[in-house]
Amino acid sequence: MALAFKQETFRNDYQYSNSPNAIKRFPFPFAEDQYMYSVNIEPHIKGKQGTVCEFPFDVDEHYVGECLDKQITLDLDRGRYKTLPHMMDAQWDFVELTMEALSNDYPEHFSLIKDGLNWTWENKPLNIKQSFVFGDASTMPMDPFEFMSRQVQGDFVLLDQRDETLYADGGFVTSQADWSLAFDVGMSWREWHAPVPRATELGVMDRALKYLLNLQLGSPVRRLNWTMTVNPRLDTSPENYPLWGTDRNTVNPENVADKVHLRVELQSLFRLPRSNAIVFSIRCYLMSLKELSSYPRWAKRLHRVQKTMHPDLIEYKGMTKFHPMMVEWLSKFDDGAAMDLGTHPE
Amino acid sequence: MSMIDIKVAAVEQVTPLVKHFTFVKQDGSPFPAFSGGSHVVVSMNVAGRVHRNPYSLMGSPVDTGSYHISVRKQEQSRGGSVFMHESVEVGTSLQITYPVNLFSLAKKAHKHILIAGGIGITPFMSQLVDLNRLNSSFELHYAFRSPEHGAFATQLKTICNDKLHCYADSKGERLDLTALLSKQPLGTHVYVCGPNPMVVAVIETARNLGWPENHIHSEQFLSPGIGEPFKIQLAKSNIEVHVPAEMSMLEAIEAAGVEADYLCRGGVCGRCEVNVLESDGALLHHDHFLTDAEKASGKKIMPCVSRARCDRLVLDL
Repeated sequence: MALAFKQETFRNDYQYSNSPNAIKRFPFPFAEDQYMYSVNIEPHIKGKQGTVCEFPFDVDEHYVGECLDKQITLDLDRGRYKTLPHMMDAQWDFVELTMEALSNDYPEHFSLIKDGLNWTWENKPLNIKQSFVFGDASTMPMDPFEFMSRQVQGDFVLLDQRDETLYADGGFVTSQADWSLAFDVGMSWREWHAPVPRATELGVMDRALKYLLNLQLGSPVRRLNWTMTVNPRLDTSPENYPLWGTDRNTVNPENVADKVHLRVELQSLFRLPRSNAIVFSIRCYLMSLKELSSYPRWAKRLHRVQKTMHPDLIEYKGMTKFHPMMVEWLSKFDDGAAMDLGTHPE
Repeated sequence: MSMIDIKVAAVEQVTPLVKHFTFVKQDGSPFPAFSGGSHVVVSMNVAGRVHRNPYSLMGSPVDTGSYHISVRKQEQSRGGSVFMHESVEVGTSLQITYPVNLFSLAKKAHKHILIAGGIGITPFMSQLVDLNRLNSSFELHYAFRSPEHGAFATQLKTICNDKLHCYADSKGERLDLTALLSKQPLGTHVYVCGPNPMVVAVIETARNLGWPENHIHSEQFLSPGIGEPFKIQLAKSNIEVHVPAEMSMLEAIEAAGVEADYLCRGGVCGRCEVNVLESDGALLHHDHFLTDAEKASGKKIMPCVSRARCDRLVLDL
């Protein structure tokens, strides 16, 4: 079934919305009434048809709009793309992984023809056709990793494995929840996770690292992360904080349901074959409180999660300014009755 | 764990003790590419018991048409290497894991010193292809019993040219580790794979000469994740489950039709944690999740990776 791609903007006039189907398949992350960090990693295996986990890389109605937004952000700030020289094998691994996945899972939109090392890639929605020699960067219009990162929704970080840890030695990051590739590039696992409150004390980061060091080729894993974002903005980067940070001051009881969005990251990690590196894919889904409340069960759950949120997390996730208004708006969906476990919408 | 169905396409006797096997995928499709130093775990059904042995991939990492391993017939084999030598022939079907690399090249090294003893040459065969492809500076030092045991020496000569240094014990040739490791430039990494005394000698010599710990690499295979069989009682389900040697406790519980919670199946996420109600022996904790105090208490176990050595073990399941 061919997807209908929407014309959208993720800045200025914010022409963005979710269709009923996009709301229904939204990866709602709260199975319980309270939230705390855990190593919520599971195998990234094929999910049910139509869900965001049906394929290794989900392509949805926002594909064209998001890819355009990536390009705008990167054109304004080339620092959003960076790789260190020893990551060239990982770049080609990424090209192979994404081209094979997209052409296999969405054949009406993408195609890959291989003749030995002579490959031809076609991306119909973005009108791109490129023939190149696999492994020869001079046959590509730009770095191979940049070429494909521009054509897959989400952010991508290449992790090199050495000295019993992982180093963020490359990345294409334009839709981040307030972290900076330029700041983190070259850092080790413990260094870039240092600001996360409570998680280190819980031992979560050490356990997750041990798990990822053993990540197997052919057996990717995934987890969900979340925050709340004011306006459907993908580029909530520290570099552009002046452009979006003050948006938090514009939230009032009348507009809270339209302005405040649940931002969920479907994070997946794949071991790469030639480089033995790992690619960390961070795919962002945005849904306003109003859209979310079309399933009252989700609104009721989110109310409980937010009402009992630890103050450190409210601050860390940048929700302090609008948190009471959000809880107040969501409270009308909560009848106080007990809820069963699970993230299902109804 | 995902497995790949393969069949044996060729078998070659390389030395009196070493056989070289060529694998192709049963469905004819290409294998995944891999990184130099990777191994696969080969599953073999030996007289009704599953053996899982790790072997280094020694072909070119970019040749995805076939995989290559070499197997030395071990004098004290648990059955795996004897099975490979005596029962595996062209056409035999086997299962292998995806490649795993626990012996990868340090990509930021300025120079690589590779030291192999005997069959320990195998992980270096694929690394050499990567080193040549990346135009890296390296030396290969290859020690073996006698020229007839110097498997692949001719092949190595073409790959390495003057970077290859061979040492045949029967001719009295010796590798002087101290001389070799004391004259290397900063940023050099050393890698060793071979008999245990050789591995220990390289590590200790490098340490004594002041090499940084993270510049010294040795091949370490994963423990196969199997052990002795044992029995467990599931209190809530009121049944007894036999855990065979080659199955995890979690797999055995699932096979018995009992639904147990799990997520990572690798001993880190904590989801499958189960309370131990009773036990009369030792719990063999292999997970990274429980604290040392919890492990010592004997009250909890992670059935995805841990095992037990006891006559009675009652779980709250």
